[in-house]
Amino acid sequence: MPQYETVIGLEAHVELKTRAKIFCDSTTEFGGAPNTHVCPVCLGLPGALPVVNKKVVEYAIRAALALNCKIAEFSKFDRKNYYYPDMPKNYQISQYDLPIAKHGCLEIDTANGVKKIGITRLHMEEDTGKLVHQGTITTTPFSLVDYNRAGVPLIEIVSEPDLRSPEEARQYMEKLRTVILYTGVSDCKMEEGSLRCDANISVRPVGTGGFGTKAEIKNLNSFKSLQRSLAFEAERQIKTLEAGGKIVQETRTWDEGKGETLSLRSKEYAHDYRYLPDPDLVPLLIDRQWVADIRNSLPEMPDQRRLRYVKEYGLPAYDAAILTNTKELADYFEECVKAYPHPKAISNWIMGDLNRLLNLHGIEITGCKVTPQNLASLLMLIGRGTISGKIAKTVFAEMFAGGKAAETIVKEKGLTQISDKRVIVAIVDEVLARNPGPVEDYKAGRERALGFLVGQVMKASQGKANPELANKLLREKL
Amino acid sequence: MQFTLRTAHEMHDQLIKKEISAEELNKTVFARIDAVDDQIGAYITRTRENALAQARAVDRQIRNGEKISPLSGIPIAIKDNICTDGIRTTAGSKILSNFIPPYSATVVKRLEAAGSTIAGKANLDEFAMGSSNENSAFLVTRNPWDTSRVPGGSSGGSAAAVAAGAAVCALGSDTGGSIRQPASFCGVVGMKPTYGAVSRYGLIAYASSLDQIGPFTRDVTDCALMLNAICGHDPLDSTSAKYQAVDYTGFLKDDVRGMKLGVPEEYMAEGIDPAVRGVVLKAMEKLESLGAVVEYTTLPHTEYALPTYYLIAQAEASSNLARYDGVRYGIRAKGSEDVIDMFMKTRSQGFGHEVKRRIMLGTYALSTGYYDAHYLKALKVRTLIKEDFDRAFKKYDLLLSPVSPTTAFRIGEKIDNPLQMYLSDICTISVNLAGIPGLSIPCGFAGGLPVGLQLMGRHFDEGTMFRAAYTFEQNTDYHKQFPEL
Ligand SMILES: [Zn+2]
Repeated sequence: MPQYETVIGLEAHVELKTRAKIFCDSTTEFGGAPNTHVCPVCLGLPGALPVVNKKVVEYAIRAALALNCKIAEFSKFDRKNYYYPDMPKNYQISQYDLPIAKHGCLEIDTANGVKKIGITRLHMEEDTGKLVHQGTITTTPFSLVDYNRAGVPLIEIVSEPDLRSPEEARQYMEKLRTVILYTGVSDCKMEEGSLRCDANISVRPVGTGGFGTKAEIKNLNSFKSLQRSLAFEAERQIKTLEAGGKIVQETRTWDEGKGETLSLRSKEYAHDYRYLPDPDLVPLLIDRQWVADIRNSLPEMPDQRRLRYVKEYGLPAYDAAILTNTKELADYFEECVKAYPHPKAISNWIMGDLNRLLNLHGIEITGCKVTPQNLASLLMLIGRGTISGKIAKTVFAEMFAGGKAAETIVKEKGLTQISDKRVIVAIVDEVLARNPGPVEDYKAGRERALGFLVGQVMKASQGKANPELANKLLREKL
Repeated sequence: MQFTLRTAHEMHDQLIKKEISAEELNKTVFARIDAVDDQIGAYITRTRENALAQARAVDRQIRNGEKISPLSGIPIAIKDNICTDGIRTTAGSKILSNFIPPYSATVVKRLEAAGSTIAGKANLDEFAMGSSNENSAFLVTRNPWDTSRVPGGSSGGSAAAVAAGAAVCALGSDTGGSIRQPASFCGVVGMKPTYGAVSRYGLIAYASSLDQIGPFTRDVTDCALMLNAICGHDPLDSTSAKYQAVDYTGFLKDDVRGMKLGVPEEYMAEGIDPAVRGVVLKAMEKLESLGAVVEYTTLPHTEYALPTYYLIAQAEASSNLARYDGVRYGIRAKGSEDVIDMFMKTRSQGFGHEVKRRIMLGTYALSTGYYDAHYLKALKVRTLIKEDFDRAFKKYDLLLSPVSPTTAFRIGEKIDNPLQMYLSDICTISVNLAGIPGLSIPCGFAGGLPVGLQLMGRHFDEGTMFRAAYTFEQNTDYHKQFPEL
């Protein structure tokens, strides 16, 4: 039996978070009562005409530059004709042969190192409305249509068939999401549909050129379903070939419940979209200076930032990768470093207690009540020995809950570390007097007893005694 | 003379001299509509109460001594493919027979801002597809000069209303001659402005790259006033041009001395009815006698204009008309099995024959495997046709031709022969393909029926057309002859 390799290409749809829709002034806000975010243009009323929202073009260029694409000087919109009730005009305004950008790439980290995935093209188009069924699509007596989403701007990003495993496909999508989030043009929420993806997959015996017949998988609304569906589909195709069967070129849908892909329609029923340059929209002539300005306004991208963290801050690659995973977290980290130049201490704290509490409460870093300045002050208090690391955890939990400054909490609760020798000696004496047994044990050579005694000192001082000092003084007394 | 056959500028003078109130003026026009529209059938919808309310507002302005604009209080007929807020807009189609737009076209807003009153919605060929008004789903409009004949199309209702005094001015739309040909048949002035001069926002699209809204009037001065009111950039229409609007009445000078006028020989060839050719030649001689230089010239790609036009128009139409599916507005067929069945039943019941024919042709032209041979090739030929005009306009200020090869034909005469019908657009379609302005002006009669002279100008050079047309009008009296009704 030959070894097979999987060939995958992805088409990602990203909703741009411009205030207004792509061809009219209706709001793009998610939610809202059905058919309230609409106007004659996005409802496709007779006589209404589209006018391109310049902000959409700017956002598309911004995303394209972040994905290392070449921006076209001349681009146009085309009509993709097909009938579906969620499409107000029964054509979608999209871009066919002259997309806004082409020839980009994205790097992903695989087990075998960094891999460059080609991006064929990036184009702008309008989103469709949404069908609302009573029950399921097959049993519903009627369908309702909500056009709030119709005309929301999308960019479609098409990758080259460079991905070789479901795992790589997931990594590509995650990386794409990270990069797009950095550019700020979308919030990339898969659960709200602002990031969607279709996958083209085929298999071929290892070492052979050319491509096998591909299937297109739709309805992938999480990274998990992307990876799972591709794993299922690759196996299905291999089994089919091994059994002497043939792969049919078709569209399949992922059934999350059943954990399998199901045939939707085969190529014989494929649409002829009858593309036509949209005569209602004039071609786009992209000003080079505008592109340069957009390029200059881009933030440092995650790959560059990660490398800089290793080089400039001496952080381990692992820390650097986690800290730069979102722009907001990286910005937060850098604000902390500005106030307290100890990158590793900050990184430990962010990746430890901060991330744990964020995850626990389902809060984004942008919604965190602990400001970078306050986190830096806390770390400064530890560094100076004002509070112990253990006390700091309690203080931090309170900072996280209420947003107070570390100093305030420490002062209010009297949590300042006791480093006064005389005070600690008094406690040590008391502890030794009350615990003759463990003292005997220690003297008999049972080192473990010391730990117990230190614990008692800490307890008696309500955790405020400087633990190193307590340790030292105990040894001296014993 | 019948009062309602006066021009807008004459009525304006009477309004400001308080010889008549705007309300009386409008009532008089509506009385005329009541008297003649049973014979003519110019209107699908009449909006008397709206118009009278608008007129009373104008009267208040006059009483308060405010300055009113030249079209204030003047009743205007609007072709029924131009959206009017709260007033049913059908495009002459059964499929939109219950459609009441929630918004007005930019041109309607501009006319209302100028104080005009809306007399009603004028009949047309369904979705502006036709040259005779016989394709309307509602009624057949008749030519005021001979009610057994067509008024032309597709803006036949608008032309007939103005010719019959059932409106003072009117708006039409012109995709391949739909303003100029009915203007010629009905003996009124009709103009298709430069593509992009007038906003298309709110015009129910037939072929977006060719459609243009324009005026019907009883003389050239009114035409300039109408264009003044409706032209100019509209941010709601990407294809509307950002150009500096001018006062077109400034071009109304009785002087064509030294003007160079070209006559493309292809437009005077054997397809043209000899009587029409005779009238048009006489009009050209008239301009020559007034000091213009008139010469024959050539537009060599003219023979390809008709197929090019029909491929482009139909391809765009097949896509533009896809939205009429019964989901959001318009009629919806009953008793459908599922959504696809609903689409098919709605469209087959809602559209007429000619519309279906054009949708099918356009769909075919855009299909995989045919696109390059048909649509793409048509776009290339369109460029050649444009270049023909560019060359001609290097030498000539204007081009002259007949508007239509014939005078108004009889109702039913060509309805079963689409190709014959399409040929009646032969002199007008190239203007749309090139995007240049075209104007039809009454230039005489053949067999008792009006004949139009077509003036074609450079892009955005409506001014020169107005000057030549005005000079011709000042030295002839065809615009002062009216049909007897
Ligand atoms: Zn809208």
